Amino acid sequence: MGLSVSVSELKKSYGESVVLDGCAYRFESGSVYAVMGQNGSGKSTLFRLCTFLEQPDSGRVDFLEGGTVLENNLALRRRITLLLPAVGVFNTTVYENIAYGLKLRKVSRHEVEEKVLNAAEMVGLKDKLRRRAVTLSSGETQRMGLARALVISPSVLFLDEPTAAVDANNSKAIEDIIQGIRHTLKAAIILSTHDAGFARRVSDKVLTLMDGRLTEQLTDTPNNPDI
Amino acid sequence: MDLIFDGVRKACLLIYTLDAELMGIVLLSLKVSLSALLIGSALGVPVGALISLKKRFPLRHLTLNILNTAMGLPPVVVGLFLYLMLSRRGPLGFMGLLYTAPAMIIAQSVLAFPIVASLSYAAINGVPPIIRQAALSLGAAPFQAAMAIVKEARYGIISGVMAAFGRLSAEVGAVLIVGGNIAGRTRVITSAIVLETDKGDFSEAIALGIVLLGISLSVNIALYFFSKRGRATGYLWV
Repeated sequence: MGLSVSVSELKKSYGESVVLDGCAYRFESGSVYAVMGQNGSGKSTLFRLCTFLEQPDSGRVDFLEGGTVLENNLALRRRITLLLPAVGVFNTTVYENIAYGLKLRKVSRHEVEEKVLNAAEMVGLKDKLRRRAVTLSSGETQRMGLARALVISPSVLFLDEPTAAVDANNSKAIEDIIQGIRHTLKAAIILSTHDAGFARRVSDKVLTLMDGRLTEQLTDTPNNPDI
Repeated sequence: MDLIFDGVRKACLLIYTLDAELMGIVLLSLKVSLSALLIGSALGVPVGALISLKKRFPLRHLTLNILNTAMGLPPVVVGLFLYLMLSRRGPLGFMGLLYTAPAMIIAQSVLAFPIVASLSYAAINGVPPIIRQAALSLGAAPFQAAMAIVKEARYGIISGVMAAFGRLSAEVGAVLIVGGNIAGRTRVITSAIVLETDKGDFSEAIALGIVLLGISLSVNIALYFFSKRGRATGYLWV
């Protein structure tokens, strides 16, 4: 069964600066959401609060499965993942980077190998598995980060500006990967971007984060059943 | 100059023939310094990691200042302090450790600990916060995320351990005071060089000096290797 994310009355400030102010929304399982907003509008903060990397000043982030709110514990956190804009590359091989989450989950060696190979193939890095990850280009790094997140088959996947620092070819490749996984992964995929075209093409719903609140845009996304 | 050339010639012969006395001194030196390094690192790395990773470490700045000051501890002062502790009238005199290799290991461990702890702290502290966030977001428990950070700092930590070894292998004051420079029991390279120079036996002193330089060179090559590996990540302290 899929996980949905309910954000209610979320508030977060850094000093005098109010970033989120009563932010509320429910992200359903199996849908792709694109969150847009200006720099500093709070997209990354929202993602970091949703993945428990930071605590809100007030409000709640709940993960629901079949109407039941799940307890915030390691088992839940292992069903959620966030691809950070700068990825956070471990200074080891591409293989070890992608395998990291699986090893944390004590997946058997054989299964790790199989899943890492599949994930690397999906993002076009199969021939670079033995390379040191710190030597990858920024586009390859993003794709490796995506593979690292996808290999653990998350129930909720947050992608914080996955195409921000990459060239057109890599951006297209990342878009194709997201299009490819939207049906196979059956997860709630929530991404942030400044690219309106990209947001429309990959998502079911486009949201705008402005003045600390999320609002839904009625746009002609090809995947939006409401239109 | 003849004295030096003759000394070097005899020294090379001693090294080439693996002179038993010379080898005994070299092996004891390595045993003492490596044992001390092991103890200093076993304590120093976790302490450095704890200071860096524990959010609310009590008296963090004071602890760091003490460690940084202790990095420059004069070996003779450490030797004197331990001598007083281990001497027959001292509080630990009952252990009968004075003028033994274990006493020298303790002295060098005291010297190694702050170097390893302080440099481990610097290496771990230099790891970008995103590494912890990436580990957590991939499902790491807090301890596993801490281990990921320590792993990222490994080249810096190893460089710190090597730097400590460099200091231990060249150290003479502390081992001379607590070891006593007893032939076959507590005579190490540095204390033997002092003795042989006093005696005017320059060939043995030069031979030991060459071995010591060889050890230093090896440590420096290893340091260069690790700093090069670490620099690839962009957050090594050396």
